[in-house]
Amino acid sequence: MARTATAPGAPNTLLGKAALEVDDRLIVAGPLRRTLNKVFPDHWSFLLGEIALYSFIILLLTGTYLTFFFQASMTEVVYDGSYAPLRGIDMSIAYASTLDLSFDVRGGLLIRQIHHWAALLFMASIVVHMLRIFFTGAFRRPRETNWLIGVTLLILGIFEGFAGYSMPDDLLSGTGLRIMSAIILSIPVIGTWAHWAVFGGDYVGELIVGRLYIAHVLIIPAIILGLIAVHLLILVKQKHTQFPGPGRTEHNVVGNRLFPAFAGKATGLLLVVFGVCAALGGLVQINPVWLWGPYNPAQVSAASQPDWYVMFLDGSTRLFPAWDIYLPGNYNIPALFWPTVVLPGIIFTLLLAYPMLERKLTGDTASHHLLQRPRDVPVRTSLGVMALAFYIVLLLSGANDVIADKFDISLNAMTWIGRIGLIILPPIAYVLTYRICLGLQQHDREVLEHGIETGVIRRLPHGEFIEVHQPLGPVDHHGHGELAYGGAPVPKKMNQVGGARRAIRGFFSPIEEPAAVELEQRGEERGLAPADPHRELTTSGRPADGGRPSEGGRPSEGGRPSEGGRPSEGGRPSEGGRPQAPRD
Amino acid sequence: MTTHDSRPGSTGGADTPGPLHGGPDDDYTPEQLATISREDLDRLGARYDGVEILHVEPGPEPGSALEKRAVRQVGLMFGLAGLCAFGFVVVYAGAGWFLPDWQWELGSSSFSVLYTPLLGLLMGLAFTLVGVGLVLYTKKLLPHETAVQDKHDGSHFDRVTTGATLVGGLHNSGLARRKLITGTLAFMGGGLGLMLVAPLGGLIKDPNEGDPLGTTEWAEGVRLVRDDGTPVRPGDQEPGSLETVFPAVPEGNRLTDAATMLIRLRPSQQEAAVPRNGQEDFGYGDYVAYSKICTHAGCPVSLYEQETSRILCPCHQSQFDVTQGAKPIFGPATRSLPQLPITVDDEGFFVARGDYIEAVGPTYWNRERI
Repeated sequence: MARTATAPGAPNTLLGKAALEVDDRLIVAGPLRRTLNKVFPDHWSFLLGEIALYSFIILLLTGTYLTFFFQASMTEVVYDGSYAPLRGIDMSIAYASTLDLSFDVRGGLLIRQIHHWAALLFMASIVVHMLRIFFTGAFRRPRETNWLIGVTLLILGIFEGFAGYSMPDDLLSGTGLRIMSAIILSIPVIGTWAHWAVFGGDYVGELIVGRLYIAHVLIIPAIILGLIAVHLLILVKQKHTQFPGPGRTEHNVVGNRLFPAFAGKATGLLLVVFGVCAALGGLVQINPVWLWGPYNPAQVSAASQPDWYVMFLDGSTRLFPAWDIYLPGNYNIPALFWPTVVLPGIIFTLLLAYPMLERKLTGDTASHHLLQRPRDVPVRTSLGVMALAFYIVLLLSGANDVIADKFDISLNAMTWIGRIGLIILPPIAYVLTYRICLGLQQHDREVLEHGIETGVIRRLPHGEFIEVHQPLGPVDHHGHGELAYGGAPVPKKMNQVGGARRAIRGFFSPIEEPAAVELEQRGEERGLAPADPHRELTTSGRPADGGRPSEGGRPSEGGRPSEGGRPSEGGRPSEGGRPQAPRD
Repeated sequence: MTTHDSRPGSTGGADTPGPLHGGPDDDYTPEQLATISREDLDRLGARYDGVEILHVEPGPEPGSALEKRAVRQVGLMFGLAGLCAFGFVVVYAGAGWFLPDWQWELGSSSFSVLYTPLLGLLMGLAFTLVGVGLVLYTKKLLPHETAVQDKHDGSHFDRVTTGATLVGGLHNSGLARRKLITGTLAFMGGGLGLMLVAPLGGLIKDPNEGDPLGTTEWAEGVRLVRDDGTPVRPGDQEPGSLETVFPAVPEGNRLTDAATMLIRLRPSQQEAAVPRNGQEDFGYGDYVAYSKICTHAGCPVSLYEQETSRILCPCHQSQFDVTQGAKPIFGPATRSLPQLPITVDDEGFFVARGDYIEAVGPTYWNRERI
């Protein structure tokens, strides 16, 4: 401590001195350096989860603002706010305060709409992020825990969203709540008891909005926040996956360091997500509750749809046939139970269990840090697309009355299309995807073996026409490529291997001298083997260890105890070093 | 970081530190570090964190046309973002002050209509432009480096030593031998767990008390009234029309299970009508009354297409035929809409002859047992 302060190299700038004061108390320089040096792989699809995180931040900020004005009470009042069409009408305080924060709070409508848009974006980015994880195999060992947390977050998000849009107590949300009441009632044996516990009695009672409120603003967000924290901690601990490529192995991460490149891009993305939500919140109207009117059990509007992430359950409810099951003793299981409780139960159980199922079925229990291209795992990819087809049929069926109306199709035909489609489309999707995967695989192999089609036709002396192929690497005496497929994209166009010269820079007018660029490029080799700095990585596979203080990433010359990591006498490491695990 | 105090406990950093923990300070003295350039220090630190910087493509040459252009672009983004942000504040605070009022009035087509879109646009642009500026900054002005970081598997040494500590602690606690303690611990844990969840029992209520699901406010002699409270008499409705009626009790039009559809059949419908068994006399003349609460999920069935005699529930598209005792003929609903027995009282207004004879609304486990 004292040594650093008086040593040469002690800070002499004000900022440096301040930093020293801080580090002397908190000892943060080491952890901070490790954080700043953390390497993030660079691929657009790794940003999807970030979008979910950023929209959650928006939700927390705007949601807190909304609680300043929203009152979760079902007490009836006569509306006396500034929205003239509803003045003098009986409504709950919850609905009246929603109108007030939309019409009588300066900028309140903007914040409310940003909140709703951000919620839709949150769920959408979770789903797309999950698809990326699924199709690239990023859920495999050791990342099963994060998959489980992710799916749990998705489920919690659905409940959180449902609670949120049910709170304003308008006609649409009340209809949704009525359906939820029927769903709870439909549970065999405990249905009525569960309903009485949730609603505090018969539908609708006086309590449910208050209960939804505390679930929406405290219970569920707290769990979501905690799970996100664990999700990120595990991610940092396990480090990112990466796509295979030059120099990328199971034991490293190739990309940008957190500071400054990754931090700059991530902050940029955060701000763009904020901006998109703000623009949507201002420009695109969402859930105009004043048009629906207060909830009235005897009224409903046509095209009553939930938010998109619940719509697949609305779809399944519409498609499921009228099959009540009657049991001895005059008990029965309502038809509603299957599509709204059992089906999502099965879907989410399968989703949660998928990593374990795949591990079991394939026998693959190894740790994986390199991602797979979907085409290389045709069974999983086809299963995923099959599930997606099933989901999309349900999703579209959730809006089948709107589709029937807009496209002038019979409503009953839409229901039947959905019922039949739900059964026959997934297998078709499976078979098609499987064939496409195999086709893509074969094309990769073909290009590796025969080279890229150049489009150049040559006539041989004996009259035969052939197309000239550009091999991607060394060839054997038959002219067949010797490169093996490594799980990375194979270039298939000449331009991808430097077949074309780069464009002159400048958008409206060139900002460099065209002649100079041409001269510069004339010296360059074209075709394969360009002077690409990344290529040095392909040879070694792993960056050289030259210049590294030690293998362990942390120097320990003399710090490693003698004789295979056993602490020396007295149980204390010798020579002031700490015991280190023998490497590999 | 000096002290003149020499009393025990006040020596500051002057006493001898214990054995250092093998940190990098052993490898590099401050004197050595002072001779290393900043770039090399950066790389040295990175190596300690298992990160190797493989390749750095420097940013644009200082003073070059490329750099100037990129700086102009980034500056433009940041500047425009600032402009939008200030614009947001001006619109937000200025409305009703030096700008027209922001509060929306019905039929107004002026500034108040544009208020929220304008705020959203300005805020959206401000955020997006900063974001785009930052990305441009990173892409066009910062050096592009490719770094590679080692990924470590779990360490066998860590596992063994941690395991030894854990097992040692457990062994010292003697829980394996001291059966009385483990026994009472388990007993205590169960008790405390139950105690903590027991208050949730306050949520439990008996749903079968008074049969709230099986009964409504309808009773013998209760008049059918419209939403505004006016009673209905035969002849008020056109043949083929539908009217929603409620029991003439206080707040009857806000009840969740009492809403009823009073339908006047056309003569052709009446001829074709096939009432449910035992309910042939529930109607009155060409009038029939059915519960408006869907037997599927409880939505109000509302859309009556009199040409086909079908009532459609807009939530899940169940369809009921009013000429067949409101039997479900399409969609997920399984049961007919319950029929309300009606007649006309002495003053000529519609009244109920009693409550529904079955539970209205969605099906549940023990519905048939009531």
